[in-house]
Amino acid sequence: MKDTENVTGYSGNIVIISNRRDIAANAIFVTAVLMCGIAVQNTYYLQIMTFIGINTLLALGLNMLMGYAGQVSLGHAAFYGIGAYTTAVLSGTFGVSPWAALVCAVAGAVLVAFVVGLPTLRLSGYYLGMGTLGFGMIVNIIFREWSSVTGGSSGFVGIPMLEAGSLSFMDGKNYFFLVWGVVFGAILLCRRILSSRMGRALRSIHDGEKASMAVGVNTHFLKLQIFMFSAALGAVAGFLYAHFVMFISPESFGFMVSVKMVTMVVIGGMASVWGALLGASLLTLLPEMLHGFAEYEMIVFGLILMLVMIFMPQGLTRGLLDIYGHWKKRP
Amino acid sequence: MIDMGMEQPETDKTETVNANDTASPLLHESELHSRKERILEVHSLSKMFGGVTALDDITFSVEKGIICGLIGPNGAGKTTLFNMITGIYAPDSGYILFKGKSIRKIPVHALVKAGIARTFQHVELFGSMTLLENVLVGMHVRTRSGFWGAVTRLPWVLREERKARERAEELINFTGLSDYTHRSAGDLPIGRQKMAEIARALASEPSLLLLDEPAAGLNAVETEALGLLIEKVKKKGITMMLVEHDMSLAMGISDKVIVLDRGRKLAEGTPREIQNNQDVMDAYLGEA
Repeated sequence: MKDTENVTGYSGNIVIISNRRDIAANAIFVTAVLMCGIAVQNTYYLQIMTFIGINTLLALGLNMLMGYAGQVSLGHAAFYGIGAYTTAVLSGTFGVSPWAALVCAVAGAVLVAFVVGLPTLRLSGYYLGMGTLGFGMIVNIIFREWSSVTGGSSGFVGIPMLEAGSLSFMDGKNYFFLVWGVVFGAILLCRRILSSRMGRALRSIHDGEKASMAVGVNTHFLKLQIFMFSAALGAVAGFLYAHFVMFISPESFGFMVSVKMVTMVVIGGMASVWGALLGASLLTLLPEMLHGFAEYEMIVFGLILMLVMIFMPQGLTRGLLDIYGHWKKRP
Repeated sequence: MIDMGMEQPETDKTETVNANDTASPLLHESELHSRKERILEVHSLSKMFGGVTALDDITFSVEKGIICGLIGPNGAGKTTLFNMITGIYAPDSGYILFKGKSIRKIPVHALVKAGIARTFQHVELFGSMTLLENVLVGMHVRTRSGFWGAVTRLPWVLREERKARERAEELINFTGLSDYTHRSAGDLPIGRQKMAEIARALASEPSLLLLDEPAAGLNAVETEALGLLIEKVKKKGITMMLVEHDMSLAMGISDKVIVLDRGRKLAEGTPREIQNNQDVMDAYLGEA
């Protein structure tokens, strides 16, 4: 009850006032990305911002599953890894064009999500979490042990750079724009889904699965569909990551990465597209900024997460909106 | 206690096999013609939870277009019966025919599509969504755009969406909630939430609507408005089953009343007949 009360104030915004606000938000987003891309010359900063974009893709996909459909996945880094390794092996070992490899990576992740989701999404709550956790671990072990193909725990070297015609993405700036272009596309895609019949049904699962079923939503199928969609976004992120750093190892797709993805979604604010962006930015930037704390980094990191969860249990997006609303009300 | 519980389900299981194998396919073919007007037929339905018998050999039918009241003390099995008609629970034995067809093994959402809708005893609206969106979700089985429709936004998808919105607003007007169209469902006063659940249920264009204690938590004025709404729904030709503790409402609007007590059918008849039934009086007053 308390939850719904808190949420209600802003819920209408997501869909109803779609047009004008959306266009404004999109315009701000595009301008900000363009300004960052043009103004920032420092390769380190560009690199960080590119990582933020990749993480935003991950958080966006997981947010559709967690924030809207209300299903927790603790193994989502597996899809990220499947995307990265598929493109690495196909383009690196077999010399396939990376763009063709991208199609295979997405198709592969979606297929795996289908096979895994079919039984696991029948589980709920903690059991679903445990099921996906196990899946994530299995995939990670495959990356580590199938060394003839994946390079094992020492990693996979020799992923080619992306090219499109005469345009090379070797240049950090081009890659930055590529990643953020994809992020923008993904945001538009998510919003389209959310404001549709499918999106409404998804959100109804989150509010009450029993009622959702009783009004005729095939909840199992819908959860499976959105699981596959979030796997696809994860694979795209993995593809972009692999061709960006050009070296991948199993650690980048392990359990801790899955947890980090969940944290991004929760911190940023569930059921909010912009929350995914905020959460991803924060969780990418924090570790960079906390380098100064050396070995205390994890403590500070954990402390910040705890504080956010205690004082803004709805996530940063909603928390900040609440503070803004509070401040506005004051005379 | 435990021994009893262990024994009973076993005997019950053997019955299940008999009832399903012999009765259902042969019986309802021949019965179809004589019972054309019956939208729902429930045949010797039994259900146990652990060792507790929730429903015991219930048989009744509901004629098309009527309001069928379902009353009985707490724990009589009314909600269990609803859950079985909507496909949430499967019967241990016996069967249910909806429009002459068995609903066995048909998933809940497919039954909604076939025309069975319900409301809940405790309001189960989608609290973070607006009333309009709630009703639109109710329309889920009557619309068809999916993932690709959402992504491509082809003309037919937009057309469908526009039509659905118009239809949803009509339904909201019909239930007298137009002031709340864009309000979050969780913000509505409880009386309005009950009405909103009916609006959402109607959105699936049901031919049988099950109302589980629609008047619970309503004041006298709201209850009266609810009664009027139910009459209006009946005029649309929708058959209704109604679980209700408010006797004046249940007796006032029902064409037929079925009384359950501790899982068994105690009586069935017109409201007048029920009011004069000695067994019913005992169940309510005598042995409580």
